[in-house]
Amino acid sequence: MTDPVVDLELDCRGLLCPLPVIELGKRYAEVPVGGVVAVLADDVAARTDIPAWCRMRGQDYLGEDPTGRYLVRRVGP
Amino acid sequence: MRSAASYLDTASSEPLHPAARETLLAAYDRGYADPRRLHGPGRDARLLLDNARAVVAECLGVRPDEVTFTSSGTEAVHRGLLGLRRGPGPVAHTAVEHSAVVHAATWAGAALELPVDRLGRVDPATAPSDASVVAVQSANHEVGTLQPVAEVPAGVPLFVDACASMGRLPLPDRWDALAGSAHKWGGPAGVGVLLVRKGARWLNPFPGDDRIDERASGFENVPAALAAAAALRAVVEEREEVNARQHALVDLVRTRVAAEVPDVEVVGDPVDRLPHLVTFSCLYVDGETLVTELDRRGYGVASGSACTASTLTPSRVLEAMGVLTHGNVRVSLTRDTTAATVEGFLEALPGVVRDIRTQVGL
Repeated sequence: MTDPVVDLELDCRGLLCPLPVIELGKRYAEVPVGGVVAVLADDVAARTDIPAWCRMRGQDYLGEDPTGRYLVRRVGP
Repeated sequence: MRSAASYLDTASSEPLHPAARETLLAAYDRGYADPRRLHGPGRDARLLLDNARAVVAECLGVRPDEVTFTSSGTEAVHRGLLGLRRGPGPVAHTAVEHSAVVHAATWAGAALELPVDRLGRVDPATAPSDASVVAVQSANHEVGTLQPVAEVPAGVPLFVDACASMGRLPLPDRWDALAGSAHKWGGPAGVGVLLVRKGARWLNPFPGDDRIDERASGFENVPAALAAAAALRAVVEEREEVNARQHALVDLVRTRVAAEVPDVEVVGDPVDRLPHLVTFSCLYVDGETLVTELDRRGYGVASGSACTASTLTPSRVLEAMGVLTHGNVRVSLTRDTTAATVEGFLEALPGVVRDIRTQVGL
């Protein structure tokens, strides 16, 4: 796939779980529906918890981009 | 002393069964001698040890000569798994095995993880035919999901970690070696049970010893083995009633947590599961804070979240299932946990979660 355009990057490096997901939960609505949020996180739990957040909150998890950012597409409120 | 009434972590360790307490005290007076000696006290100790073995065999539906007492469930896992290994092939294990299995497989230098689905269930067909041994737990210790042990392909040695289910549920039909742990069913700590199937090819993976049972090493803990057997007999006799009661209380937790706590994921198989435990994860909630706040209200629960683990990494079980790892709580009921305790917990939980979320601005 071609890398989607990122509308918002959240730099969560150095933050321990659940802080990266809290940051995502607080700020994802800053992008319009259809927009993409990239989360930069080095806490190992983010790899599981960001896809789980997307499933629980009804958003789209797009995977990791080549630089290791977790990409989330906002598809709903 | 802390009240045990709201201790909800029996999957870590069940309080000593009254039947075990009586037996333990009596056995300390009679079972102190070396059971290999030919004098009276030695013969007494030997009698008690043989009795313990016979009771465990009867409760589990196996032969007495298939039963070995070890110094812990972990030791039974290590001996059972590694002793079955045939050849240099991988030590295949489900991704949700207890750390005792994972450590043994890693130590053997050939660990191979078999993936699980969202419920934590393995597909046994994924076990490679060149595996030197396959390890599949009877039931998962963190989320309760029962594993399809019977579907493991024949022809590869099969090790079953039954620590989470022994006493509570009948053993699976298929195993070459199997492990249990007495303190998980209400026996004393320091007693593991290793079963090695008659005729199975099992070689001691560790230095031998000159004790009564060639599969074990070290001086036998005769009183504790006898107390473990007494607890096992009591638990097996009671389990129909206890399991039904626990299963219904866990159903209540599953239903009410999902309905009354927003943004929560109740995990594991809702039906095909251990009777006494349930796990859920709360979005945006720090696991350590959650456990601490519940403890302040008198509820002792476990958590698989990273900050509550000894390793600073989240639970491998939750990770392998792909479910939320933070804000995790495991509730496991003792044999006498009452409906009132469970309802009290369910009343307290939503407020605790709400307060923690409010503190982080969500």
